[in-house]
Amino acid sequence: MSKPFEFIEVYSRDGVGVIILNRPKQLNALNRKLVSEIVTAMERFDQNDEVISILITGKGRAFSAGADIDEMSSNNPVQLELLNQFADWDRLALIKKPIIGAVKGFVFGGGFELALCCDILIAANGTQFSFPEVNLGVMPGAGGTQRLTKLVGRAKALEWIWTGDRIQVEEALAVGIVNRIVSEELLTEEAMKFAIKLAKQPPLALRLIKDSVNKAVDYSLYEGMQYERKNFYLLFSSQDQKEGMQAFIEKRKPQFKGE
Amino acid sequence: MMYETIQYTVQNGVATLELSRPDKLNAFNSQMICEIITVVKEASKDKQVRCLVFTGAGRGFCSGQDLADVDENMDHGQVLREQYGPMMKQLMSFEKPIVAAVNGIAAGAGFSLALACDFRLASEKANFLNAFINIGLIPDSGNLYFLQNLVGYAKAAELSILGEKISAEKAFQLGLVTKVISTQTWESEVVQFSEYLANLPTKAIGLIKRNLKLANHLSFDSYLEKEAEGQRIAGLTNDHQEGVQAFVEKRKPIFIGN
Repeated sequence: MSKPFEFIEVYSRDGVGVIILNRPKQLNALNRKLVSEIVTAMERFDQNDEVISILITGKGRAFSAGADIDEMSSNNPVQLELLNQFADWDRLALIKKPIIGAVKGFVFGGGFELALCCDILIAANGTQFSFPEVNLGVMPGAGGTQRLTKLVGRAKALEWIWTGDRIQVEEALAVGIVNRIVSEELLTEEAMKFAIKLAKQPPLALRLIKDSVNKAVDYSLYEGMQYERKNFYLLFSSQDQKEGMQAFIEKRKPQFKGE
Repeated sequence: MMYETIQYTVQNGVATLELSRPDKLNAFNSQMICEIITVVKEASKDKQVRCLVFTGAGRGFCSGQDLADVDENMDHGQVLREQYGPMMKQLMSFEKPIVAAVNGIAAGAGFSLALACDFRLASEKANFLNAFINIGLIPDSGNLYFLQNLVGYAKAAELSILGEKISAEKAFQLGLVTKVISTQTWESEVVQFSEYLANLPTKAIGLIKRNLKLANHLSFDSYLEKEAEGQRIAGLTNDHQEGVQAFVEKRKPIFIGN
């Protein structure tokens, strides 16, 4: 038995592993233990054959208003280096299964960085994103300057990270931060529907598609295409490829097993 | 909480926000705007409130910006961004019915305030005036956005450029006003109308408002998706169950607002 989580709720159903940030009174501020619990839960889902896709959301009116400032305000650089807290964030980037984020209210600072770690973002009406770190005399430290820039380009990233201005969800949709906006009342329902839809897709294909698309962010086009090709060939060693193509020929629905 | 420039009361599900600077025909100053924003936020959260009514103390509804506060140093754009804009956004995100009970002159931003409401009831003494042009300014506080939707480009241009005073009767003919009410029955009819609204399925009204606003800037396909979302939400309310049940039982439904 693994010990229970303090700051998150976790369950799985219909092929979806669900993680709910559960510090609603603190607007799900990310303390170190909370981040560590998220990563642990993600890694367990990643190893769990019953789980095909992962959904992360927050309890209460905000997804996450950012890092827990009290926790770090008195730290010095050597303490931070030795603590190496961002190593948890590196592990988050190694999750192989699709991660769907369902966000609402405030998505600020570390909460925004957590959202940017998701593969798909579904946001409620009225959601606001921002990197307010600059107003505290610092800057994002868990990938914000890198992930936002790769997503929306240098000009917008600099503008938003320099000013700390809030990005309204409609603009986030327009620049590609968010996949879809839904009514707040239906956020969980719609995000769950999407996660379940993905959970019915062939798991190995999902996995290697994520792997290849992520390479497109860092590799040159040529290198990326070579990498894609290897993954494409690799899928031809799977049962799902044989089942998928056979079902297509026989005009029936395929039954994927993730093998 | 006490306010200096407005009166706020809640009775039988109706929140009434009375603009209360009668010696200035209830002109806006920055304090009044702050107090309105605070109260509208409160009314939005208050589950007892199922309808919001704006009205004015004394003989006017609202004469717009208090010109005593305008001097050559004023940055008009900044005043809109920091004061009137946030007030209008607060009203636009208010998902319960809003009534402007226009008891007298509604001029300038006071006209805009009336336009931002879902319903306008006009006393036979009411007048509307897009006064901005008369001092060389453009209608603000969302005015043209609302006005064009209500009366179309041609009439919106007439009212804004010619800057003529419109009587309650004329406003009714233009479709700006739901009903013109005689001074004798004014107060009782306003109460009756707003209490009627406060007893309707409030959540559904909020969703109707949300979709009316979306309809203007979405493609038809996207709109239909939002419509499906809205109906899903409405379909989950107690009021929907009650409405169906009452219909089957051939009685009047009692809605609780959610």
